[in-house]
Amino acid sequence: MDIQSVNSDQKITRFVNSPLSLTDTNLANVTKPIVSVTNLIKQFGRFAALRGVSADFAAGRLYVIVGDNGAGKTTLVRALAGLIQPTQGKISILGSSDIRSACRQIGYMAHPSLLYDEMSGMENLRYFARLYGIEDDQRCASVIAAVKLDPALERPVGQYSQGMRQRMSLARALLNDPKILLLDEPFSNVDARSARDMVSLLGQMRDAGKTIFVVTHQVALLDGVADEFVKMDTGKIVSRAPKLQPEEAP
Amino acid sequence: MSQPSGIVRATLAKDLRLEWRSKDAINSMLFFALLVVVIFSFSFDPLAEESRRIAGGLIWVAFLFAAVTALNQTWARELRNQALDAYRISPAPANSLFLAKAFGNFIFVIVLEALMTPLFIMFYKLRALGPAWELVPVAALGTWALVVNGTFFAAISLRTRSREIMLPLLLFPISIPALLAMVNATTNILTGEDSSRFWIVLLGAYDVVFTIACLFLFETVLQAE
Repeated sequence: MDIQSVNSDQKITRFVNSPLSLTDTNLANVTKPIVSVTNLIKQFGRFAALRGVSADFAAGRLYVIVGDNGAGKTTLVRALAGLIQPTQGKISILGSSDIRSACRQIGYMAHPSLLYDEMSGMENLRYFARLYGIEDDQRCASVIAAVKLDPALERPVGQYSQGMRQRMSLARALLNDPKILLLDEPFSNVDARSARDMVSLLGQMRDAGKTIFVVTHQVALLDGVADEFVKMDTGKIVSRAPKLQPEEAP
Repeated sequence: MSQPSGIVRATLAKDLRLEWRSKDAINSMLFFALLVVVIFSFSFDPLAEESRRIAGGLIWVAFLFAAVTALNQTWARELRNQALDAYRISPAPANSLFLAKAFGNFIFVIVLEALMTPLFIMFYKLRALGPAWELVPVAALGTWALVVNGTFFAAISLRTRSREIMLPLLLFPISIPALLAMVNATTNILTGEDSSRFWIVLLGAYDVVFTIACLFLFETVLQAE
């Protein structure tokens, strides 16, 4: 990570003075970012949701984006997914500034499920798989099994519990075997056991080389799995560290 | 990657399945069209000759208003759970989504027309004095004219706060040439007084122009925030 590119906020001083520094081996090894944002600004009318975010993110790491409500976490993730156009600044994914060209390598799970309530999980995934040119039902069945749901479940998604819906939503995000996973509040309304299962799956995927961004308020779940905590406040990244300080926890 | 035609088929199949299970669009369209037929039949008591003159206008206005309810539904289901975002982040082309939605709406409105036309004939005692087979191209081209623009403008009004009002405001003015052609062609066929060829050709040209324009602009509409 290039420390200069993080931010120029006052809180950086604490970050630089913390035990983590440029000599930290984990961070110093980062040479080629898979995701890079430069001076990213996003305004909704007169409200600036992102105010000049600059950061590089390395491949094969699990980043946890934390911050209070309105800090800009979801806006940042939606911008990385290509769902919103930045007002100013640049996003580079896999070396390309055209996110559309990299969309096959991006998996996105939003707070809403992005699924059709009237169709079963398998029917949903079969449809979304077609959008990526995946004709093989086996792929759909395997991602459903990976999130510990039954591919044969015929109930429509609308009748799933919130936790099952979240897991099916994660399965949809995994369909295209993306290199970059963007997960916005994946553990909300998920019971503790399911959340642990999801975290374990994310850990395995990170170990397999995926780059994962998780926006969450349930930081404790990812302690020990996350490589880096990225703290946002009022549209800026204010700190990045392998451990979140107790006072920084949301 | 799937061919665009494959994505059109998959999206159309998905929409038909969703409609079959929810029956949101077809029920609201049928109910609305049925009300129009019954209320107008009680309001007027025309002779057979008068019926032939006004039926074209009545039928197409009823179908236009009924179609608006289906057009709103078609995008509303994409907004539930923000399922549309899953399409937007995929590599699937925007035009495949547009064509699938337009074909789906075409099927819904054609089904409505097939169910309501016998009722119109019965209530208004209609019998075509001109070439009745010409009603088929008029129905097909007229319905496509309504749904292609309707699908496009429904997508534009998708993110507006009062989309139910916005859609007719955008759709009706631009549909006036098509509506005029549909009504005149139908009246000419029913009365047998004049040829409807000119109006059918006009409808065909209208369909070609607006289908191309909608396909050209839809990606911008889909990716708009």
